[in-house]
Amino acid sequence: MGPSLLLRAEGLKRQLGDRLLWSQLNLVLAAGDRLGLVAPSGAGKTLLLRALALLDPLQAGTISLQGRPPATWGLPRWRSMVLYLAQRPTAHGGTVEANLRSPWEFQELRGRGGWRYERIKGWLQALGRDPSFLAYDAERLSGGELQLLALLRALQFDPSVLLLDEPTASLDGATTAALEALLIEWLAAGQRACVFTSHDSEQIQRFATRTLELRP
Amino acid sequence: MTPMTSGALTISDGRLALSALLILVNVGLSAALRLGLTRSLLVASLRMVVQLLLVGFVLEWLFRQDHAPLIVLVGAAMAMIAGISAVQRTRRRFAGIYLNSLLSVMASSALVTGLAVTGLIQPQPWYDPQYLIPLLGMVLGNTLNGISLGLDRFMEGLRSGRDQVETALALGATRWEACQEVVRDAIRVAMIPTINSMMVMGLVSLPGMMTGQILQGATPDAAVRYQIVILFMIASATALGVFGVVGLAYGRLTSADHQLRLDRLVG
Repeated sequence: MGPSLLLRAEGLKRQLGDRLLWSQLNLVLAAGDRLGLVAPSGAGKTLLLRALALLDPLQAGTISLQGRPPATWGLPRWRSMVLYLAQRPTAHGGTVEANLRSPWEFQELRGRGGWRYERIKGWLQALGRDPSFLAYDAERLSGGELQLLALLRALQFDPSVLLLDEPTASLDGATTAALEALLIEWLAAGQRACVFTSHDSEQIQRFATRTLELRP
Repeated sequence: MTPMTSGALTISDGRLALSALLILVNVGLSAALRLGLTRSLLVASLRMVVQLLLVGFVLEWLFRQDHAPLIVLVGAAMAMIAGISAVQRTRRRFAGIYLNSLLSVMASSALVTGLAVTGLIQPQPWYDPQYLIPLLGMVLGNTLNGISLGLDRFMEGLRSGRDQVETALALGATRWEACQEVVRDAIRVAMIPTINSMMVMGLVSLPGMMTGQILQGATPDAAVRYQIVILFMIASATALGVFGVVGLAYGRLTSADHQLRLDRLVG
């Protein structure tokens, strides 16, 4: 038996006003996949990631996770399993640690084990950051640090599918390489896959196992 | 339907005209400093006089009526105007915003004014327009402010906090978990003017209604009692109206699929 099928989308379409961004879009993600989205700016890469997380209503088509449609999962659970990371992440007031802890309060995530310091520390180490990063004021982080915060915040919930929108856009080369390595390791540790966008075609060649081109 | 007392000194037409000369202070100042306000001042003065004289006639007619459906209809028309004006002061709109505002204004003011005339003040009959209409007017005037503040703040809060709200949603928050800060903030802001006015009541401001009653010959004690009832009515009606309108807007700008629907917002 091959790697298990995680996400399947069929016949998706996105139109902005009278401009058709993409249509008849089919997508299948199996465990271990790292799917790179290829399209020029403004072609709707972000909108596709948002559609997969069901943050916007689907204009056409169907979508399922492990063979089950979103309604049977419940939308909050769907999003915790098909987790979208925005291009410009946000954090609320308080420390980095407070930001990593607060989502555990959500009804959906409450009974799932909660905050684990050792795990976060290991990831920070892999990214070349000291544990003191957790005590930083989240509202004063640089764009790159904010992206790291968002990644850690997402990884701790072990989603099945990570949707990464320009995840390394504000990072230096060394941290980008460390993040890619961490993601590969994390993906291999379970039945997981990721979809990502990048303005850097070298990153797509290097990191993607497959690519998908968006067109009207 | 007996008036409270026989009343204050009557202002004759001549003296009323004389009072209009006071506006010359403003006109003179505007001319001397070239404020360019002369025209607006004169138009505003004229409108004020005409509108009030007309309302005087309408009220004189209305107070002679003894027909419950008619008086309730007038009250409903006042509530409708309040509901529409509340929306006109917000910066953004969504489909259904007028209906939301109308529902909130009507339900809250009907409930609170209804309780006041049937339970607290108890005029005979309960729809005695001399009580019902001014009480309703005071409640509506304040609810209207609360509703526009609350609505405006809620819509702006969702706009400016959009990324925060969607970050929470993307992590698995329900729409309520993601939006509750914005909802709370909007209701809090809308309640502040009411709380402020109660804080300084009698110290800084002598409310118009109380002044009017005292001039009419009511004892200060009686006037104060009315004022207290009115302020509690205003506070509860504002709270209910704001809660209603922000709740309905929340329902409209999010979806049962826990999505933020700012695409429904225009302006």
